[in-house]
Amino acid sequence: MSATVFENVRLIDPASGLDRPGRLLVRDGMIAGVDLPQAEGTPEGAAIVRGDGRMVLCPGLVDMRVTIGEPGFEYRETVASAARAAVAGGITTIAVLPNCLPTIDDPALVRLLRTRGEETGMIGILPYGALTRGCAGSEMAEIGLLNEAGAVAFTDGIRAIGDTRLMRQLLTYSRAFGAMVVQHPEDPSLARGGCATDGELATRLGLPGIPPAAEAILIARDLRLARMTGGRLHFGHVSTAEGLDLIRQAKADGLRVTCDTAPPYFDLNETVIGDFRTYAKLSPPLRAEADRRAVCAALADGTIDAIASDHAPCDADDKRQPFAVAAAGGTGLATLLSVTLAQVHAGNLTLPDALGLLTHRPAALLRSKAGTLATGAPADLCLFDAERAWKVEAGELPGKAQNTPFDGRALEGRVLATWKAGRQVFGLDAS
Amino acid sequence: MNERVTHPPAPPRATGGQFFRTSPRHLLGVQGMHPTRITPILDLADSYTLLNRSRKTPRDLLRGRTVINLFFEDSTRTRTSFELAGKRLGADVVNMSVANSSVNKGETLLDTAATLNAMHTDLLVVRHSQSGAPALLAQKVEASVVNAGDGTHEHPTQALLDALTIRRHFGGLHGLTVAICGDISHSRVARSNIHLLTAMGCTVRVVGPPTLVPGAIAALGVSIHYTMEEGLRDADVVMMLRVQRERMKGGQVPSPREYFRYFGLDNKRLALARPGALVMHPGPMNRGVEIDSRVADSEQSVIREQVEMGVAVRMAVLDLLSRGEDTR
Repeated sequence: MSATVFENVRLIDPASGLDRPGRLLVRDGMIAGVDLPQAEGTPEGAAIVRGDGRMVLCPGLVDMRVTIGEPGFEYRETVASAARAAVAGGITTIAVLPNCLPTIDDPALVRLLRTRGEETGMIGILPYGALTRGCAGSEMAEIGLLNEAGAVAFTDGIRAIGDTRLMRQLLTYSRAFGAMVVQHPEDPSLARGGCATDGELATRLGLPGIPPAAEAILIARDLRLARMTGGRLHFGHVSTAEGLDLIRQAKADGLRVTCDTAPPYFDLNETVIGDFRTYAKLSPPLRAEADRRAVCAALADGTIDAIASDHAPCDADDKRQPFAVAAAGGTGLATLLSVTLAQVHAGNLTLPDALGLLTHRPAALLRSKAGTLATGAPADLCLFDAERAWKVEAGELPGKAQNTPFDGRALEGRVLATWKAGRQVFGLDAS
Repeated sequence: MNERVTHPPAPPRATGGQFFRTSPRHLLGVQGMHPTRITPILDLADSYTLLNRSRKTPRDLLRGRTVINLFFEDSTRTRTSFELAGKRLGADVVNMSVANSSVNKGETLLDTAATLNAMHTDLLVVRHSQSGAPALLAQKVEASVVNAGDGTHEHPTQALLDALTIRRHFGGLHGLTVAICGDISHSRVARSNIHLLTAMGCTVRVVGPPTLVPGAIAALGVSIHYTMEEGLRDADVVMMLRVQRERMKGGQVPSPREYFRYFGLDNKRLALARPGALVMHPGPMNRGVEIDSRVADSEQSVIREQVEMGVAVRMAVLDLLSRGEDTR
């Protein structure tokens, strides 16, 4: 019997609305109870973690959009290195995209990834299943079998389903399993060859552009298909005002549609590309300032259901290329909470709302019970100081991949320690 | 003759500020370059023009310096122009063309940079099909990098030689109206010219089919015109751009003949411009597609003079960059 007591912390559990000073008791890796600060009765032999009163203890974060290099691209990131980066960011559950090699289009691979997560003892892995074989966008993957093996939702990850007829079939067929279809919202034909958002910056730099409307066009089509088929649709990393307006309206009309966004889209705009900085090359590309503001507004008004890191590891050779041929994507695990907290400091989100977008809300989308402080739940916990300042430096980040678009960004709010099933897996000052 | 006499007067040296964008060591683009930096380059190039004509170039100016022409994209004329410029100043000029190089064997751009560093190159002239490739190289090589055209980004020496050509005819640049016509979207020549000419006080119009003119180009301070009749009216300079034939296969333009019909430069259209307006083209020309042969070979055409100015401008650039290196 092992026990830990967290004392003198601000407990926030967005799922239950809990937000007050208190104590939390962990026994045998499970949350055993939540007490008031003055409560008596520390179990004999229990370890004590004492906060300073301001420190926040919340559920371990649930990151619903992560690329890891394993299997196939271990030189970029492995499960182990992604786990180190995740726990340093307070994340204890990650949903991983199927774009590895081989792609996750076989039930055995779903089981493998789940097991690989458990083996780390640091994070839980929730695998997405591929929507189409090889994520090639032509033949339907075995959605039923993948679902049974434990795939939490279905997507071709960084690739959009461009074919309208196929998307209709996928939304229709997945209904049999109550499975959610996650779309990369970017019309592939408009986006082909592009690497930056169409506009003045792309024109000056002579970079092939992607019109921002490529997002709205695909969202509009898929919303219509969702209405037609009754399929469960979710859009990943939404980044434009127009796309968000369409989703907001569809929700108001009663359609069961959800979406997430990622920190670069509410914290950065396209100007960070500067003179061809490839660490700022993302997919979808960074947008103009007006779109960034629209993402902030959609976070505040509830249009956006979750914030995901959109972690996409690349190595130096992937990025040290001319901009148009360099790999797209940025790391995001270690910075997910801190960049999100900037929205809290700016007054755009309350702290409990921000944490909700990072915990039980993405978990619910993925049919996972993670992301709460409920009694009896695994003790996945994140302790952070919302005011502690630090600076993001590529090269100094935990994990293997260093391609952060936030390089040089000064942030307020830092994860101090992380626990997975009651076991401490990260400590800032210890490491 | 004493070469001190033949050497052109040195322009004011950059002190504290920057001769060229990004770094005084490199010439990566024209964007952001101030007239007080542009004018001395044109002045120096002007004096090199005279020396070239009298065959009295200072052949020991770059003696012992190595210039490597690193061309990842074919270009006989630009490469030759840089080669001549380097040789007329006495530099050792080596041409590395991609067809024979290890880049085609999978070597990365940065491996190439490391190789060139080991060879103690002084000046590196880079042409690449990707926007930003010379900027990437410039971060990694010890040599001064001259962008000889990168993707659809910039072609600074072309803009400088165009400006010099225009200046020699009109005595100045301020107040002139220049129409840049053709495939603006894919043209590094257009971008560099827009930056340079607007900085020098010209009114710049871009003219072309809407599929080849990005709307955002207006943010660079130009007006957009979709007919030659509108764009050429009262222009002092008509600058034609080369249109790649693959763009005229139905993707962006239906056919070459339709292109010539609406956007080709013939005598009738040229008559809309100011009398005596200059006709320019960066070459190589598609005669009968973007320009009628009679116009290209007319008295108003300064296309051959552009080539001559090209050598002079590149001499000035190599000269200035190697001075920068001395003062490092």
